[in-house]
Amino acid sequence: MKKIASIVLILCMVTVMFAGCGQGTGSGNVIKIGVFEPSSGDNGAGGKQEVLGIEYAHSKVNTVEIDGKTYKIQLEIVDNESSNDKAPSAAAKLVSAKCSVVLGSYGSGVSIAASDVFASAGIPVIGISCTNPQVTEGNTHYFRICYLDPFQGTVLANFAVDEFKAKKAYILTKLGDDYSVGLGNYFKKAFEALGGTVVEESFQEGNSDFTAYLTTAVNSGAEVIFAPTSTEAASLIINQAKSQGINIPLLAGDTWDSSVILEAAKGSNLEICVSTFFDEGDDSALGSEFVKGFKQWLNSDSTKLQNNGGNDIVAAVSALGYDAYMVALEAIKAANSTDSKKINEALWGVKYTGVTGSIAFDEIGDAIRDVAYIKRVNPSNGSWEFVAIQSVK
Amino acid sequence: MDFINAFLPYILADIEKTTPDAIRIADYLPYILAGISVGGQYALISIGYTMVYGILRLINFAHGDIFMVAGFVMIYLSATLPLHISAVFVILITMLLGFVVERVAYKPLRNAPRMSIMISAIGVSYLLQNCAWYFTSGLAKQYPEIPWISESITIGSATTKIVTILTPVLTIILVAALVFLIKYTKIGMAMRAVSKDFETSRLMGIKINTVISITFLIGSFLAAVASLLYFTNYTTVTPVAGAMPGLKAFVAAVFGGIGSIPGAVVGAFIIGICENLIKGAGWTTFSDAFTFALLIIILVAKPTGLFGEKSTDKV
Amino acid sequence: MKIKENSSLKYISILALIGAMFLIIFILEQLLPPTSMLFMVLKKGAIYSLVAVSLNLLCGFTGLFSLGHAGFMLIGAYTYAIFTIPLEARNAVYQYFDGGIINFTLPVPVALLAAGACAAVFAFLIGLPVLRLKSDYLAIATLGFAEIIRAIFQWDKLGPITNGSNVLRKFPSFSSTIFPFAVAGLCIAIIVLLINSSYGRAFKAIRDDEIAAEAMGINLAKHKQLSFTISSFFAGIGGALLAMFQTTVQAAAFKSSMTYEILLIVVIGGMGSVTGSCISSFLFIAASEWWLRFLDDETYIGSFKVPLLRSGFRKVVFSVVIMIIVLFYQRGIMGTKELSMDAIGRFFRKFKKEEDVA
Repeated sequence: MKKIASIVLILCMVTVMFAGCGQGTGSGNVIKIGVFEPSSGDNGAGGKQEVLGIEYAHSKVNTVEIDGKTYKIQLEIVDNESSNDKAPSAAAKLVSAKCSVVLGSYGSGVSIAASDVFASAGIPVIGISCTNPQVTEGNTHYFRICYLDPFQGTVLANFAVDEFKAKKAYILTKLGDDYSVGLGNYFKKAFEALGGTVVEESFQEGNSDFTAYLTTAVNSGAEVIFAPTSTEAASLIINQAKSQGINIPLLAGDTWDSSVILEAAKGSNLEICVSTFFDEGDDSALGSEFVKGFKQWLNSDSTKLQNNGGNDIVAAVSALGYDAYMVALEAIKAANSTDSKKINEALWGVKYTGVTGSIAFDEIGDAIRDVAYIKRVNPSNGSWEFVAIQSVK
Repeated sequence: MDFINAFLPYILADIEKTTPDAIRIADYLPYILAGISVGGQYALISIGYTMVYGILRLINFAHGDIFMVAGFVMIYLSATLPLHISAVFVILITMLLGFVVERVAYKPLRNAPRMSIMISAIGVSYLLQNCAWYFTSGLAKQYPEIPWISESITIGSATTKIVTILTPVLTIILVAALVFLIKYTKIGMAMRAVSKDFETSRLMGIKINTVISITFLIGSFLAAVASLLYFTNYTTVTPVAGAMPGLKAFVAAVFGGIGSIPGAVVGAFIIGICENLIKGAGWTTFSDAFTFALLIIILVAKPTGLFGEKSTDKV
Repeated sequence: MKIKENSSLKYISILALIGAMFLIIFILEQLLPPTSMLFMVLKKGAIYSLVAVSLNLLCGFTGLFSLGHAGFMLIGAYTYAIFTIPLEARNAVYQYFDGGIINFTLPVPVALLAAGACAAVFAFLIGLPVLRLKSDYLAIATLGFAEIIRAIFQWDKLGPITNGSNVLRKFPSFSSTIFPFAVAGLCIAIIVLLINSSYGRAFKAIRDDEIAAEAMGINLAKHKQLSFTISSFFAGIGGALLAMFQTTVQAAAFKSSMTYEILLIVVIGGMGSVTGSCISSFLFIAASEWWLRFLDDETYIGSFKVPLLRSGFRKVVFSVVIMIIVLFYQRGIMGTKELSMDAIGRFFRKFKKEEDVA
């Protein structure tokens, strides 16, 4: 009997294997857009917000005309777990699902790690909030609609000098995180060029004790702390800064533009400033329309609201996600085909005015952008205050 | 201890070198405070390791994850229940979890090779982490703020949470109670007997399974208390939050001499303080590696640890 | 005479089997699109087979319980990556370290060997103090060393060589499934030859009873050191293959959980069975990466939503399955037996008999 059972088991496995092989292509007129985003791990919270933006865009436009025929657009969403070693296999899943174009990701490390998988399959990718220059450099399939870290680092360094008259900065980065290390590095370069000095430290993955780092920051006499980290680390840093009574301003990049930060900073007297892509209070017609529509869409469904962090504050990455989807759509229209190669070629020429500003790609594949929004946390009521639109002099 | 006494001056000297500004001892106070606090939390976890090892000769890899689960249970309970009631439930549920893990995953393997039990422990650890991942969708959760012990307090040059001061005090009280339990009660005597000789104590009529279950209950109780203290300080809980503290607590247990409770406590404080001083010295990349370096040095130099009994190999 | 005929027949049949396997892979590669999940599983499965067999050499055949395997894989992966990144790509990869300080590249086969050699040298040095320790203590000490290795490779000061904690990429990798099969197969064959040699018998003697082995005149220290070094050599090559498979390497990925994973594979396959390790590697990878994937997707049958299915459920089911195997099938799939032509023949003959009886 045991033998029969084991043979049956083996047969089952083989069947599953072939079922797996046969799985695949959708029928009829369907074009697939892959969404390569983290929904778990370090950047899970931010990734989910980005996906929300894409889903909202999908709910507004879910068909496209190609060659006179109407194609239904299908989103294929995978979770890259915010981890560089899981990213290639998540990307392979999108490739085997035969996506025509892919959007993502939040976090530069996973984008860089998965880049080659997409490249070898010839699928174009539109980076949404991966700001490290390495994502698009040296390849022709990766595009990006946000600004870059050298720009962001310079903006923040200028801001630190102008606003806080800082001469010395403490930089805290996460080991092995391309976004964190990269942005920290560009900030350092810009800050030193402005005549300041820096103290640099880095923490390991899984570290939850930041008291020693903050103590070092205080002891070093730094006038500003720059911590480009994931939101997960950010809430720990803010919380421990709060309990240690730190009164040095905290400065960070786009990842900190999240309601997690507001939640953590509530009821403290910390000064926290971040740079970001988009501000909710944007009074342009496109921007305010998006904010209104997106909030309504969020509030209509409790799971969506929960994915957004339990409130209807519009994250910049949601706006970027919306724009990325629309750019992909423009490219599909321009290519007039579902073929990845043709979409890739068409992307170079796409010009689109989105809620985060006008988007056109330069010769590397980066959107040409020259402004960043600076926001400040108002800890008494836990909300964002708009500070300035900053560009590099 | 000799080792630490010999090593500290080098660390301090290095700090002097790396920071040219005048250094006052007051600058170190925050590091030392943080070290004592985290050391106390490691101590509470490491007792669970050391007691289980003493009795079953098993490295309970799942212990760190039980600590992590206690953190999540608190988060989910406190969403509906008042904090003090949920704290009580956290402790009870964690103890129950420890009990169930032992009964389901370790008891059936009592006569199996030691390797099998260890693999089973790794399997449980894997299972607990994956379950936690499933229930939280892999996102970090915020630990609730417990009134009073989350408040800030200023000591000398350092501002910190009250829990930092509370931890070592509570640790010492709990350890004293535990030592009393082991020395002067009947069940304590049974525990000592079982850890000395498993087979003989069974022949003497000691109910082995009860003793082992109580060991796991005590270990889990202390892990639950540690989780309350630890996560009040470091307020984010993730599915892998138990891995590093667990590993370090385990190293502390080995360092102090596995099987010895005072050894585990002393080892934990030493590791907690050293780790923070190293971070203070700017060697942040190596703060974890240092713990393991310490482990290897002690294993090679004195395999039974600081307070360990001399082992006799049974042939 | 008959015995000799038999054994030569056995070798021919094994060679034929291996040939058939490569042929099947080759045909599959012509038929299926290269991005099919099947190839991913086959590639990763082959690599994990090598790593699992190398750990089995240590745990299953020599009785040394090491938890440092991920550390040696890391050394292998980094060695391979560092020496094969094309010069023109170095400025991009070592972006924070001005292109790094290594300005030559090695051909892929040499780099693979170097990966193994580097891991072996580290293992030799680590083995000197550590291998004196017994069972659990050895496990802990090797675990500790793996963590230390990880920290060293992430150290900023070594950045010009290791790129600090940042990703290494753009090194040559493979596209055909045949490559990892060939390399892993060759390495496993060498391990099998070693196990069947007089050294292998000495290893097994040490596993079964150290004191008796010593009394027989086996040099314990030398043989343990040998087993540890050789095992790490192949772990290093396995790490290099894994790097090629992933196309990127980062020290942060080589955590102790990776060692645990490999250890589970070895245990599921059976301690002391090479074929068991190989079979369980493929099953493990296929189950975790492919077959159970459907558990992660929210599924509707008609308008009925299948309960429990959502992201992460796959891993829960998977770990429950592992627990069941660990608890109820302690000896694993193969125990200490090997899968051979004879065994398969016997299995089917027995099966037929059973059927006849039924």
